[in-house]
Amino acid sequence: MEAAQALADLTEISTQIQAAALFRADGSLEAATVADGTRLVESAQALLAAADGVRAEPLVQLEVATAGGSVFVVREGERLVAALTGPEPTVGLVFYDLKSCLRASAETAEAEKPKRAPKRKPKEEGDGEA
Amino acid sequence: MKRKLLVLVAATGAVLASLAFFRHGGGRGRERVDLYFADGSMVSLSEGADAERLLALARTALAAAR
Repeated sequence: MEAAQALADLTEISTQIQAAALFRADGSLEAATVADGTRLVESAQALLAAADGVRAEPLVQLEVATAGGSVFVVREGERLVAALTGPEPTVGLVFYDLKSCLRASAETAEAEKPKRAPKRKPKEEGDGEA
Repeated sequence: MKRKLLVLVAATGAVLASLAFFRHGGGRGRERVDLYFADGSMVSLSEGADAERLLALARTALAAAR
């Protein structure tokens, strides 16, 4: 499943999610449900950078709940998803949907990777010679 | 008379307590930051410099998207 399709499925399943973006740890945007996806990615990265300083342990997900809505970020390896919701979302459900979206798009990315050609067995010297 | 006064004081107290409860969100809808770490631990911040910084970033992100 393409990143854009994974996000389309996400917003269809979860009516609480108002905007979302799939991106890589280096900040490159894969897909977004909003025109200015780069801005959402930058905000998510700023949040992660600020939150990473709280503890030495690696951060895997966060929710920042404000009176006007919540910001979610989920990280799995090199890939991340950020989402915005309205106030008081069903937190567990949003995290579940975001992880499912990440995994669905990751499976496709993995499947689309070019496969390595099998290594050739080196010919032994003297093979086929009398 | 004394009884009426006691009832009045109790009612005033109840009203003030309710106002304080709702003013602080009654425990629901409070602004907070929940951080989940790779070891399975979670930290919830509702006040302090870290919480304020993260809340400000989130408010900016939400405002930009709307």
